[in-house]
This record gives sequence, C-alpha cells and structure tokens, in this order.
Amino acid sequence: MNLFNFFGKKTFSHGIHPEGFKEETHDHQTRRLPFAEQLTLPLSQSVGKPPIPIVHIGQQVQRGELIAKANGFMSVPLHASVSGTIKKIDLVPNAATGDKEKAIIINTALSSPQTSIQGTYQEFEQLSRDELIQSVQDIGLVGLGGAAFPAHVKMNTPKDHHVHTLIVNGCECEPFMTTDHRIMLEQIEYLFRGMGIIMKAVGAKKAIIGIEDNKLNVIEAIKPHLPKDGHITIEAVATKYPQGAGKMLVYSLMGIEIPSGHRSTSIGVIIYNVATLASLGELFPYRQGMIERVITITGDNLNKPGNYLVPIGTPLSHILKYAEFTGNEAELILGGPMMGIPAGFLNTPVKKSTGTVLVLDKRSSKDSDISPCIKCSMCLQACPINLNPSELGLLATKRKYDVMEDQYHLKDCFECGCCSYVCPSNIPLVQYFRIAKTLNRERYKQEET
Amino acid sequence: MENQPKIDIRTSPFIRKAPSVAEIMRNVVYALLPIACYAVWQFGLSALVLMITTVLACIATEHMFCKLSNKKTTIGDASAIITGLLLAMTLPPGFPLWMGAVAGFTAIAMGKTLFGGIGFNVFNPALVGRAFVQAAFPVSITTWTPALATNRFVEFIPSTLALPFMKPAPTAEWTTQVTIDGFSGATPLALMKFQGVMTDTYDLFIGLSAGSTGETSSLLILICGAYLIFKNMLDWRIPAAVILGTVISAECFHLLDATKYPTSAFMVFSGGLMFAAVFMASDMVASPVTPMGILVFGLLVGFLTVIIRLFGGLTEAVMYAILFGNAATPIIESYTQPNIFGYKGKKKP
Ligand code: SF4
Ligand code: SF4
Repeated sequence: MNLFNFFGKKTFSHGIHPEGFKEETHDHQTRRLPFAEQLTLPLSQSVGKPPIPIVHIGQQVQRGELIAKANGFMSVPLHASVSGTIKKIDLVPNAATGDKEKAIIINTALSSPQTSIQGTYQEFEQLSRDELIQSVQDIGLVGLGGAAFPAHVKMNTPKDHHVHTLIVNGCECEPFMTTDHRIMLEQIEYLFRGMGIIMKAVGAKKAIIGIEDNKLNVIEAIKPHLPKDGHITIEAVATKYPQGAGKMLVYSLMGIEIPSGHRSTSIGVIIYNVATLASLGELFPYRQGMIERVITITGDNLNKPGNYLVPIGTPLSHILKYAEFTGNEAELILGGPMMGIPAGFLNTPVKKSTGTVLVLDKRSSKDSDISPCIKCSMCLQACPINLNPSELGLLATKRKYDVMEDQYHLKDCFECGCCSYVCPSNIPLVQYFRIAKTLNRERYKQEET
Repeated sequence: MENQPKIDIRTSPFIRKAPSVAEIMRNVVYALLPIACYAVWQFGLSALVLMITTVLACIATEHMFCKLSNKKTTIGDASAIITGLLLAMTLPPGFPLWMGAVAGFTAIAMGKTLFGGIGFNVFNPALVGRAFVQAAFPVSITTWTPALATNRFVEFIPSTLALPFMKPAPTAEWTTQVTIDGFSGATPLALMKFQGVMTDTYDLFIGLSAGSTGETSSLLILICGAYLIFKNMLDWRIPAAVILGTVISAECFHLLDATKYPTSAFMVFSGGLMFAAVFMASDMVASPVTPMGILVFGLLVGFLTVIIRLFGGLTEAVMYAILFGNAATPIIESYTQPNIFGYKGKKKP
C-alpha cells in the first residue's frame, strides 16, 4: 500500500519542490495568436513515422486541409494550420536533435479565416473501437503533454491487457506551465467528451482525474460536471515534481507501481494528458485536423506573458513579438524548465507537442563550474525512481556505460532531471545519462547488424 | 558554415536549486564555531592557539599541494578549515603546537590529497591526522588537563609550547596547581575503564569534564548539528544511526552485567561520541550514499565504538570505529543499492 497516502496527501516518494512561477499566466484567459506571415510545418510531429506530403509547391491550401497523409499505422497525418500557398517543401533544423528534417512551408494568405474545414458529423457512442482509432488517427492527434506519442496508437491497447481505468493527467508539475490549468477551466466539455471517446475505445469503466493541489480552483470547477454514478472521480495529489510523470501519478492515485519496462496498460491503466483529451473532444465530432494548440508563453522580459492559442508551425520570433519580448538576449526553451528542449534558432516552429515557450534570461555561466561528487546523497533522495545518480554519474565520467545499464538500471531513468536540480557539486547528471543512453542505443544497433 | 554564430546551448534542467559545495562547507564551519568558542572558554588560551595552528596547517598544506600539482587552489571551498577544526577538537587541549601542525599536515596530505582531493577521500581526513599522531605521540595525546582551570586565560598549559622533538613539559604539577579538588588527569572514559568511577551524566551533557578540546558538551554539539540539519546540509540519518547503534550495543552489555558495563546514556554522552556522530561520521564523502547503507554504516560505527571502548585498550574508540566504517563504506554501498521503482514483486536482475 502507498504509505504516503496513509498520511494524507496522495503522492509518491522523493522528487523535488521547485518554485512554481505560474502566477504570471494562470489567471489569463487563453488568447488567439494572429497568424505569422509564414508557417513551417515539420512533417514529423510525433515519435512515429513522418507522414507523406500530398501537396505541391504553389498549391493553394485551406486551413484544416490535409497536406500530408499518414504513412502506416505508426504515423500521424498533418493538416494546414493556415490558408495560403505552399511555398516549398524543404529541410529545416530540428530543435531537439539538431538534425535536418523535412517540413512544409506555407505562405499565409491575407484573408486566412479562423475557422477550419469540417467533415461530416459523427457521434462517438455509435462507433466501434477500430472506427474510433481510425478517426483519432485522421485527426492527427499526438500526446500533448510533451511525449508526442501518437494518440491513436496508445488507444490500440494490446489484446491481453484488460484496461479498466483511464487516468487523466492534469498535474502539470513543471514550473511555469499553465496550459493544462487553463484548458481544464475553459474546455471542460471537450475534456469530458475526449475522456468518453478513449474510455469507449479501450473499454475502461472508470476514470480518475488527477490534479495537483495547487489548482484547487480547477477541482471546484470540474466537480459539478462529474457524472452522478461516480464512475469518473477527481483527486487532488501533492504538488511536487515530477507528479505528472505517468508512473508517479499512477502510484500516487492507485498505489501501484507500473513494472519496469512495461506499459501502464499491463496493469490495466491508460494515461492521457488533459490537453490531449480536450483537443480530441473538440476536433472529433466534425473530424477536424489538429492545427493549433494552447501554449504557455512565459518567462523573463515579456510584457504580455500568457496562454495563447497558437497555430502549429508558428515561428518563435512571431511569438516573441506578440508576447512583447523586451530583452536583447535570451535562452529559448520549448517545454518546461525541467525537461524542455532548447531552441537554437528564432525561426524554430512550434510543434504539436510544444506546450510551453519559456524565455529565460541568459544565466551567468559562473555557476557551471563542476566540482567532484561529495557523496552528499541528495540526488538519491531526489530520484523518484530510486536510482543511484551519484554512482551513475561517476560511472559516466569513466565511460562505463554498459555497467550503468547492467548494474545501475540506467534504462529506468526517465530523465526527469531531479538529480541535476539538487546536486551541490553542479554535476550535470541527467545530461550525462542522456548521452550514455544514446551511446548505449547506438552500440546495440551496431551489435545487431 | 563558417559564419555561423556559436550558440551555447544548455540542456534541461534549466533551473537548479542547490547550495554549492562551498556554501555547505561554510555552514559547517559556522556550526563548528560555537563549539570552538565553548572549548576556548573551557580550556583557555591553549585550546585557541591549538585550533589556529591546525587550521593554518591544513590550509597551507592543501594550498601547497594544489600549487605543486599545478591545480587551481581549492582552499576556497573551506573544507580544509573544517578538517583543521575537527582535528583540533579531537586533540587534548594541551597538545604541543608543533605536533598539532604535524597532525594538520598529515590529515590533508595523507587523508585527502593522496586520494585526489575533495570528493575522493576514502577516510575522514581529520581522523587520518588524528590516527597518525596517536601512533607518533602516544604520550602527549593521552595527557589530559582539566576543564575550567583557574588561570586558563592568562597562561598556556605547559605542554603547549614544547619545542619540536623535545619532550613536552609535564603537566601533572600544573594540573594540581590549577584545580581545587583532586584531578586525576583522566577522562571520564578512562575513569570508567580503569578505575570503575562513573562520571555524572549531567556533567557530561554540559561538558564540564576533562577530555579533548571540543568533544565535551553534548548539548552544544546537538544544537549546532540541528542548525545544519535545519539548513539541509547535514544528513540527520547518520548521527541518528550512530547514536542508535551505540545505545543498542551499550544497553545489551549493561543488561548483561550492570556493575561492569556502563549505561547507554553514559556511553552516548562521553568520550566525544556525540561530536564524532554529528560532525565526523557524517563526513559526506566517506560515508555511504544509499539509504540502507547509511543505516548500516551508523549502526556499525556505534557497535564498534562500544566494543572497542569496553574491550580494547583505547578510550578514544569512536575515532577508530569511524575510520573502520569509512573503510567499509564501498562494501556497504555495493550491498545496499536502493530498490528501484517498478521492480516490486520482480526479482532484481
Ligand atoms: S547530489 Fe551531486 S554531489 Fe551529492 S551525491 Fe549526488 S552526484 Fe554527488
Ligand atoms: S533524471 Fe533519472 S536519475 Fe535523475 S532523478 Fe530523474 S529518474 Fe532519477
């Protein structure tokens, strides 16, 4: 049983309590960001295969029109997020990996409407599991919590996994982020429809909405909408990072550990982020494509921070202009400060998985002096997975990547960054681990061939 | 690609919140200062100059070795100051100064630099220094003088100013001059062990008994330790485990034969156990990092202390117990790796 639940708050062990920085944005109604002159839509918007472009240069497209079709089941299609002309299909740098990737670039028409193309109306209650999955794929929905896993692939649970519970992840544990907060206040109807669709498709009888207890107003707002029969419940969990990690949330709510290396469905649980569900609920009835999302734009030197409805493919430069960035130098981060990725170029476009654009003042490089590990054990007390980052860090500097994996469970590290956050010696622990994992993967690939 | 601007990109996490190593060390120094002041009040000028000597010796040695190996000097992180202070606290207040300097040098040279500096030392450096002088100067290190001697602020304990390699002046005569009632020149532990005399636990708690420079007031030590724990710069589990280990072991023996073996309270409050538990055993670098390991380490140190005190020839047992615990740390750690999330019910691979 979960000992912590016994003492009151629902939570997991270890983790950290970073300052929230959410006051800047969580009270602002979501606003629509005007179209940029040119949008760049990288084909690869999910961890699956990139879709195949079906448009040619010079072609006129309408907002919401399909411009790249799915390449197999593990792929999500792409829709035009603005009306305009296809300017080119070209290689652009990927913010996360630095590699080049293919993208469709659209010049915005002056008269681009806010509405998007609609299909024929459909009711999810009347559709079968396979039809539901197909519809979700057609929407082009990916996990909006940051993982960018194709939403329809997740719905296709293994036959031998009997899913009974849908966990709705409304934790939003990363500092600065407030998109989920706003969505849960503004899109309750969509959220519940999204939940219904997933529950119908996977056969879940129960749903639990987990929300960090720094958002009690959300809980109050949602409560009246809960069905009378109690098959959907809402629970406050402790405000702690990384509460929003799937494994942690399942443990906090249900007291079960998802076995290492297994999917949550192996214990009968499926986890969806609130933004994903709300988007699904909104787009599903009229079979619309996913072309925009709510993004928190926040950080230092912004006159108008807040939550914005941003078309996919909008470049960061345009976002900074509308949020009235006043500084002259900044660090741009896609995602939260704990797990986000740095953007090296001002014309980097936002993707479907981008939940936050965080602008940080250039920090002094002085605090980047690394000193030797003093074995203070603070990293061990922070790691939610109970790993030994101290030992892993020492092994990484000795390049013993295989020992890290074989004896110290490197694979179980989900790169939450708690260890780096607390290390007084300033050792870039999680950064080491990411490198080690990549090198290990490459080694295995080589060994296989 | 030549004209591409060089962009310095960090990877996540982009925020951190941790005191720096230097900050932690500085706070440990702050926590040690009240204890040092109390020691000066108890033992007078001699204690003061002894502390200054060992601290300076430690700093100078560290600086010298850094210079010798062409590294940036590391004295800024204050860990050498801690070593010097800790060392002085474990020496008798009348310890000859030149011997104190030797102890400071050995502590840093053999206890720290030899292993590669901070973070790599296997033993608590101060204890290495202390162990060295125990072997080299067995007489001086067991020459105790009483606390609260009448003229402690105006003159040195005679042995303090001994010239290098000269036999220190005897203190017995001085001792009888400065104390009112008969002082035997023995610490409470020696009294217990060799003469069967028990010192009152309350005196021990407040620190009004003979002993090493800083190891006598358990109360003050606890308060200073609490400050560090409050600032999250001391792992409370280590002192707690050491004390627990001592209490359990001592209580077992006491139950066996109450006339021969002292109570656990006496054990905990005497002979620098409290000081060692709070400030020495908790040396982060030389103690385990795993939760289970910390418990095992602490219990082991407590147990060994009791055994050495009761059956060994040395009264300053806790020092050796900790050195032994330090040596056992890698083994303890390798057997106490934490249980990983997601392996419940599964066999550990
Ligand atoms: S937090 Fe840093 S210094 Fe402390 S044990 Fe972990 S790696 Fe070592
Ligand atoms: S990044 Fe990995 S090792 Fe570090 S705290 Fe998170 S899970 Fe643990």
